[in-house]
Amino acid sequence: MSNRIYVKKTYKLFINGSFPRSESGRTYEIKSAKGVFIANPSLASRKDLRDAVTAAHAAQAGWNKVSAYNKGQILYRVAEMLEGRRAQFVDEIVSVTGLTKIKAEKEVTDSVDRLVWYAGWSDKLSSLSGALNPVTGPYYNFTVPESMGVIAAIAPESPSLLGLIDAVAPIIVGGNTVVVLASTKAPLSAMSFAEILATSDVPAGVINILTGKQDEIAPWMASHMDIDGLDISGLATTSHSAVRIAGTENLKRIYSFKSADPGRILAFLENKTVWHPIGL
Amino acid sequence: MSFDYAPAPESRAIVKIKAKYGHFIGGKFVSGSKHFPTINPATEEVLSQIALAGKADIDAAVKAARKAYTQIWSKMSGKERGKYLFRIARIMQERSREFAVLETLDNGKPIRESRDVDVPLAAAHFFYHAGWADKLEFAALGTSTKPHGVAGQIIPWNFPLLMLAWKIAPALAAGNTVVLKPAESTPLSALLFAEICQQAELPAGVVNIVTGDGSTGALIVNHPGIDKIAFTGSTEVGKIIARAVAPTHKSLTLELGGKAANIIFEDAAIDEAIEGIVNGVFFNQGHVCCAGSRLLLQESIADEVLEKLKIRMAKIRVGDPMDKNTDLGAINSKEQLLKIQDLSAIGDAEGGQRWSAPCEFPKKGFWFAPTVFTGVTQAHRIAREEIFGPVLSILTFRTPQEAIDKANNTPFGLSAGVWSEKGSRILWASQQLRAGVVWANTFNKFDPASPFGGYKESGWGREGGRHGLSTYLKGVGHE
Repeated sequence: MSNRIYVKKTYKLFINGSFPRSESGRTYEIKSAKGVFIANPSLASRKDLRDAVTAAHAAQAGWNKVSAYNKGQILYRVAEMLEGRRAQFVDEIVSVTGLTKIKAEKEVTDSVDRLVWYAGWSDKLSSLSGALNPVTGPYYNFTVPESMGVIAAIAPESPSLLGLIDAVAPIIVGGNTVVVLASTKAPLSAMSFAEILATSDVPAGVINILTGKQDEIAPWMASHMDIDGLDISGLATTSHSAVRIAGTENLKRIYSFKSADPGRILAFLENKTVWHPIGL
Repeated sequence: MSFDYAPAPESRAIVKIKAKYGHFIGGKFVSGSKHFPTINPATEEVLSQIALAGKADIDAAVKAARKAYTQIWSKMSGKERGKYLFRIARIMQERSREFAVLETLDNGKPIRESRDVDVPLAAAHFFYHAGWADKLEFAALGTSTKPHGVAGQIIPWNFPLLMLAWKIAPALAAGNTVVLKPAESTPLSALLFAEICQQAELPAGVVNIVTGDGSTGALIVNHPGIDKIAFTGSTEVGKIIARAVAPTHKSLTLELGGKAANIIFEDAAIDEAIEGIVNGVFFNQGHVCCAGSRLLLQESIADEVLEKLKIRMAKIRVGDPMDKNTDLGAINSKEQLLKIQDLSAIGDAEGGQRWSAPCEFPKKGFWFAPTVFTGVTQAHRIAREEIFGPVLSILTFRTPQEAIDKANNTPFGLSAGVWSEKGSRILWASQQLRAGVVWANTFNKFDPASPFGGYKESGWGREGGRHGLSTYLKGVGHE
């Protein structure tokens, strides 16, 4: 087998459940830590972002209607499938980032476990953050967390897989859909993760993944009027101010997170309070 | 036979308004340099001269707040902090008549509303949040319980004391100290509140009240010594503040404008709905960000509702806010009256049909009759823009889905109303409406335990309940 020519993969974008190339026709080169050519992933454009937002919008109402129990199972199934393909992800992380195999294995393990953790939150969010409010007067008054809509996210440069999971899972677990920009330097695990999504039960358009450059995509994410929130945890801190300012045009909710905790999920949920009289 | 109401004026003897006020900084009243008048909008009488805070005043207030935060408030246990809030709540209750009269004189709202709504709710907010002060770990849902530090708070003129309570009570309970600026046209109740802080022996600098106009607000927003900004007001100003705060470390909550749809389905209890429509848009002269200013009527009942609504509107008593029988008081300022008149004229020009309840106005002061526009479409400015006055735009719909689509067709998302006797329809509509508060078979109800705040361009964060408290902690949402 040593003489066999290896079948290499073309890494493309993931929009609306499909794998298109960038409409711009652009790619950029990924080399291994040792300088060996690995792949030419797509260099996403503003138009790709807009297509992804359109897909995310179209998918949002349907995803929001999926029961919390079912959302949890769908996310859990993503974890199952990632578990089953551990070796591929470890190889990709090692080859692109130069991490040791042990460290890469830990990242994949953490990614699987993190997905399971987020999956479990889906049917507890209302218990955690909802409330029956004891108002003065004969009214039944309750508050429920609800999805915000379409959220964009910028995944950190590293860890490229775990960072991507932290970018997308907390956003979608509450019923939002997401457009995420993957790690620029290490996009392979993101695009392989897209293959998992494509064959999982996550509906098309719920998670859309772009590869490209933060400087090109982040400003358009900030100013897009159909994006309701933005996770800039992975964005270079030097760009935070400009993005936060641009996002005020439609008062986007913009957050940068340092940890995975329930606040990360709740940040992109709205809270609705409903009043109704009690009486005969 | 006529059943006219005899005049029932509230006495103003209970309040003593000084000729001139300064700022409340570091636990003391300090005199200002420049002053501007605050007037009674029902009589145009000048009530007092109010200090206009400049940079030096804001610097002093922030410094006092920082010192109080660092040396006292951040070191005090939640249990002890809470006791101060309980004290404030109690003193507000004790002096509630004084607050109500002062509020009505300065704001123009009917004494019945300041007495029965604004002041008791303000005291309730302090009482509610007092109990949170030593339970923050349960409010933070496993995230950080740390306060932000010094909070700068800017409040509007429509519910002066109540908005102060919405801002100060959770900020203090969470362990922040505050610099608060009341609205230019309604500063008096906040200055009376400063006296309450003294009576409660609140440590100096924990609450600082500075008065002024928009320029004073900008100084607060842009002050580098402030860690948290909370603003209630228009979406336009809210966006300016958001832009100013965006490149800084400051956390921000915003309660902004609205254009709430009040949906009446054909299976609603019509007489109750009429009361709900009237309360929804004419409460507080329509100076309410969550006012039900877009009435959506199902076509089959539109004529009946309109006819009954006009009969009911003709019974609204407009006039002296100090009269206990008054329903609709004075428009808060000449500027606001002009805005309402302008937008109503645009409503005429764009083809809406205006009808106003017949009423006689006092000779002085600022007044606007309860008004409805029919023949309004979604494209009309009076159906899209916040009028912030007693003006109702009426649209119709045929199917429930059309009602929801029209209701949600706005960049705002603060509140909505839905009227139906069918439980499943109420819950369905409540789910579909993109608004932070949905009043079903009721409208304009508020409570300290009930989170209030908007979706979309109606704001960031909530006020009231655990959700509101958490905006004053660093943890939940990681701002």
